[in-house]
Amino acid sequence: MTDALSKPMLQVADLHAYYGKSHVLHGVNLHVNAGEIVCLLGRNGVGRSTTAKAVMGQVVARGGIRFKGRDILGMKAFEIARYGIGYVPEDRSIFPDLTVRQNLMLGVKDTSRCGRWNIDDMYALFPRLKERDNTPGGVLSGGEQQMLTLCRTLMGDPDLIMIDEPTEGLAPKIVEQVGTFLQEIRKRGISILLIEQKLAIALDISERLYLMGHGRIVFEGTPADLKNNEAIRKEWLEV
Amino acid sequence: MSLLNGITYGLLLFMLSSGLTLIFSMMGILNFAHASFYMLGAYFAYQISTWIGFWPGLLVAPLLVGAVGAAVERYGLRRAHRFGHVAELLFTFGLAFLVEEIVHLIWGKVAVDYRIPVELDGTLFSLFDTDFPIYKGFMMLVSVGMLIALYALLTRTRIGLIIQAALTKPDMVEALGHNVPRIFMLVFGGGTALAGLAGVIGGNAFVTEPGMAAAVGSIVFVVVVVGGLGSLGGAFVASLLIGCIQTFSVALSISVTDVFALIGVDLPEGSQLARLTITQLAPILPYMLMVAILIFRPRGLMGARES
Repeated sequence: MTDALSKPMLQVADLHAYYGKSHVLHGVNLHVNAGEIVCLLGRNGVGRSTTAKAVMGQVVARGGIRFKGRDILGMKAFEIARYGIGYVPEDRSIFPDLTVRQNLMLGVKDTSRCGRWNIDDMYALFPRLKERDNTPGGVLSGGEQQMLTLCRTLMGDPDLIMIDEPTEGLAPKIVEQVGTFLQEIRKRGISILLIEQKLAIALDISERLYLMGHGRIVFEGTPADLKNNEAIRKEWLEV
Repeated sequence: MSLLNGITYGLLLFMLSSGLTLIFSMMGILNFAHASFYMLGAYFAYQISTWIGFWPGLLVAPLLVGAVGAAVERYGLRRAHRFGHVAELLFTFGLAFLVEEIVHLIWGKVAVDYRIPVELDGTLFSLFDTDFPIYKGFMMLVSVGMLIALYALLTRTRIGLIIQAALTKPDMVEALGHNVPRIFMLVFGGGTALAGLAGVIGGNAFVTEPGMAAAVGSIVFVVVVVGGLGSLGGAFVASLLIGCIQTFSVALSISVTDVFALIGVDLPEGSQLARLTITQLAPILPYMLMVAILIFRPRGLMGARES
C-alpha cells in the first residue's frame, strides 16, 4: 500500500485554515495509507493540532480532505466521526464526572452495530481500567486517562485515529506502553496519524514522518531520513 | 402550612429553573425568553381546556410548547449562534417581547379565565384552621413526578449520558460521533416543555395574563443565579429556598421595627422604615438574597463556574 499510485486512506491537499484574521495553515499536504502509522511532528503552535481539527471538521478550512475516497471537507464533526475517523485531542477530554465505564460507553456511536472492539477487549488490554470501572474519570492518573481516551475512541470502531500528543506529561515507562499499544491497534488494521512534539516514540513506531513549521510541511520522510538530517531537526524541532 | 405552600411554589420554580439551567450549561447563554414559554404553556392549556378540557391540555400543551422551543432553537438560535453570544442573548430578549405581543394579539391584554378543573377544586385537608387545596397537592405530585422522570432520564439512559457529557464538552462528544446539534435541540425543546408544564399547572393556580412571564421570569433568574449557573442541584435548593422565603414572609405579620428590635436597634417612631412590615418587603427579598450571594459567593450555592 505504500505504492505512490495506490489511493491513500486519508489525503490532505493544500489545506488552509484561519483563526479570525490569522492565517494558521498555509497549504498543508499529507497523506496516510491504510494500516500505516504516520507522525506529524513540530514545535508548539506550528499548526499540527489545527490540521487535525480541520480534518475533524472542528476548524473552518479550505483545500481538499479526502477520506476513504470521499471528500469530507465541510461535513459536520459527528458525520466525519461516523464515517470512520477517531480523534483524541491534546487535552484528552475525559468526562471527569462520569465513570470509566460511562466514558467508554460514550465512545460507542451506534448501539445497534457491533464494532471490532468491545468493553471487555479494552479491559483485557488495560486491566487497570477494569479495576477502576466505577471510578469517575476525573480522578485517574494522567497515564490512565490517556489509556481511557484512546479506548473510548476505539469503542467507536474507527478506521483511522488521530492522536494529539499522547505522551505529553507521562512517565517514560508509560510512554513506552502507549507506543506498544499503538502498534497493537495498528495490527488490527487501524491507521494512525500521530501528532508529537518529541521524537520519543515517533522514530520507533512510525512508517513515515512529516515535520511542520509555520503552518506548512517542511520535511517528509522515513524515520531513518530524519535521523540522518541533523540540519532539519535543528531548524524545526530541537530547542 | 406556609412550608407546604412554599414547597409547592418552590417545586414550580424548579420546573422552570431546571430547564433554564440545563440550557445555560449547554449553550453558555441565559435564555431570556424562558419564562415566555411558561406563559405559552398556560395560554395553550387555557385554549385547549376551552375546547376539550383540562386533562388533555396537561399533556398536549407542554408538548406543543416543547415543539415551539425546539423549532426556535433549530431555526433561530442556531443561526444566531454563528454571530456569537451577544447575538444569541439579544435573540432571546427579542423573542420574549415577541411572545408577549403575540399573546396580546390572540388572547388580549387582560387575564383569561383559566380555571382549576372541578375535580381538583376543593380542600385536601385542614391543618391549624387553614385549608390545603387539592390543587396544591396535585401541583406537588406533578412536579415531583417530573423531577424523578428528569433525574432518571439524565442518569439512567444513554441519551442522558450523552446530554451530561455534552453539557461540559460538546466538541468532544461530537468528535465521538454523536449528533450534538440534535441533542441541543432536544434539550432546548425539553427545557421549554418543562417550562410549559409549569405554566399549565401554575397558570390556573395563579393568573394567566400577559404579564405573568415577566413576573415569574425575574424570580427564575434569581433562582438560577443563587443556585449557581449550570447546577441542577443548586437550582433545586434555591427554588425551594426562594419559594419558602416568599411564602413565609407573606405569612409573617411582624414589622421591620420588630426585626431591628431583635438586634437591639430602636427605630424612631413614625419613620417610613418602621411602618414597613415584612410582608411588604416580601417581593424584594429574593433580589436581596441574589445580591448577597453575588457579593459573598459569586458562583452560587453549588455552581462550578468561576466567572
